[in-house]
Amino acid sequence: MSSILIIEQILNGLQFGVMLFLMAAGLTLIFGVMGLINLAHGSLYMVGAFAAAAVAGVTGSFLLALVAALAAAALAGAIVEMVVIRRLYNAPHLDQVLATFALILIFSEGTRWVFGSFPLFLDIPDALSGPVTLPGGIEYPLYRLTLIGIGLAVAVGLWALIERTRLGIQIRAGENDREMIAALGVDISKLYTLVFALGAALAGLAGALVGAIQSVQVGMGEPVLILAFVVIVIGGIGSVRGAFIGALLVGLTDTLGGVFLPELFKLFMDNGAAQKSGSALASMGIYVLMGLVLIWRPTGLFGARA
Amino acid sequence: MRLNEKYFNALMIAGLLALPLWAVVADQPFTITLVTRAVILALAAVGLNIILGIGGMVSFGHAVFFGIGGYAMGILAYHAQTYTALDLGPFSTDGTKSMPVIWLVAMILSGLVAFFIGLLSLRTSGVYFIMITLAFGQMFFYFAISWAQYGGEDGLSIYVRNDFPGLNTLAPIQFYGICFTLLCVVLFLFARLQASPFGLALNAARQTPTRVETVGLNPMRLKLLAFVLSGAITGLAGALFADLNRFVSPTMFSWQLSGELIVLIIIGGVGRLMGPVIGACVFVALEHFLGELTDFWHVYLGVVLLCIVLFGRGGLIGLLTGKEGVHV
Repeated sequence: MSSILIIEQILNGLQFGVMLFLMAAGLTLIFGVMGLINLAHGSLYMVGAFAAAAVAGVTGSFLLALVAALAAAALAGAIVEMVVIRRLYNAPHLDQVLATFALILIFSEGTRWVFGSFPLFLDIPDALSGPVTLPGGIEYPLYRLTLIGIGLAVAVGLWALIERTRLGIQIRAGENDREMIAALGVDISKLYTLVFALGAALAGLAGALVGAIQSVQVGMGEPVLILAFVVIVIGGIGSVRGAFIGALLVGLTDTLGGVFLPELFKLFMDNGAAQKSGSALASMGIYVLMGLVLIWRPTGLFGARA
Repeated sequence: MRLNEKYFNALMIAGLLALPLWAVVADQPFTITLVTRAVILALAAVGLNIILGIGGMVSFGHAVFFGIGGYAMGILAYHAQTYTALDLGPFSTDGTKSMPVIWLVAMILSGLVAFFIGLLSLRTSGVYFIMITLAFGQMFFYFAISWAQYGGEDGLSIYVRNDFPGLNTLAPIQFYGICFTLLCVVLFLFARLQASPFGLALNAARQTPTRVETVGLNPMRLKLLAFVLSGAITGLAGALFADLNRFVSPTMFSWQLSGELIVLIIIGGVGRLMGPVIGACVFVALEHFLGELTDFWHVYLGVVLLCIVLFGRGGLIGLLTGKEGVHV
């Protein structure tokens, strides 16, 4: 177990964490502002990945593919908000869960209809492929490093948007008192559509970025969605800062647990058994983390309301 | 036309009796299998209906208990069919092929797990509860996938259906009889529970927890007990489902299944005695007939579901009997 391996794994965990943050930020904003639980967020992630793969396949440009992913996911988000989601804001959570579950079915099977059941592939652009050498002589894939950079940049941008702009003021006001800001002349339904499209675009971006290191296929969004739920439960629903901390915690726990738990078990077990029970336990690591956080703080690290 | 809900329920039961009997006469074993599937899914959903319909807890992780029931059956029968010992630390067993024993183990195990999941997740409510139950479901799903000893991702096949004293379970109609009887027993229990002091208190805890607390009842304890009961019943259904397919796999733990169980209840009607039953029948029929027409039948299911949520109140039973649904 060398320090190089440890640093590599920490970077992998960070990369996973910031991608989870892109998903979780949208979910938590949508819940914070509109009070809506959106299961179909994973479908928007998938839409982004498919749009990127399709555009990259035609034009060969990764940058265009990312733009297409952002646009397609934001558009899909805006349409879904105006047609379906809008009717659910005052509905009980059960209705929201069911309607967005129905949206998942429609999105997933619709995508299968259009693109078929086989996975698509999105290539890492040439400029970003291959490893770079970090200080200390560690070789690390440039693309993954770029993902960390993009994730952090989005986090800063989102913070600036929410804390420093007029739109951010409206979003924060919307979280506190939606009737009041409607009375102050803010077009609340336009604001809601905008926030939903913003969350969708972030999910689509994550889908496209991750799609280049995994395959692009139907159903790719739901595992990520559920991890993003774990993230915002840990961070506190409605808190973007909580989503950021939670995402990094989950990313690191999952990645490091998968590597180090089997090693830890090898200290007092034979190799095969340690590998088996270590990886089985590692797959449950983030849920154990979530359980511990909930025992300590039932509304998450930064959550205010139950 | 408005039907009395009592007549409607009797009609459903009669239909569930008549259809398989007709299938026997007409020699349509596949129809029996379909109805058996519907009855088992209904049983699982009746379990969920206790906490969803009466208690107002939206558990999006009920596949956990379904899966535990399935794996209880799979593991016990696997050891019995391979003549290997199941080592449980202090004692070991050779597994079993006896259904009643398997059911008991399935119910106790899923009840126990429900107790621990409930203890943690009932500390929260609303959206947190939905997300946490969903996350626990995923935890078991990934655990089952990485559990190489019992098939991992590929699952476990059981070659011969388990035994029930005095019956030939390999005959579809006899196995159906077992499932149907269990469903009736559980429906009877559900009806009694709904009218019992416990059921009334649970119902009250959904509507006004503060008031329940004021009269000296502990809402948390009521909800936890309901959660355990609900988990045990869904676990029983899981064991039967595994026996029907003679196969268990991690998909029994999948979040889609948790979602579908909720969908069954919504189609039929939340908190109604026969809601899950009619929901399961409609669901299996849709799955079968639409699935024959198109591979993409889930799109239509999605559209139907959207319409029910956006425009329908009280599910099919509400539509037919003209009563408002339970507000969760």
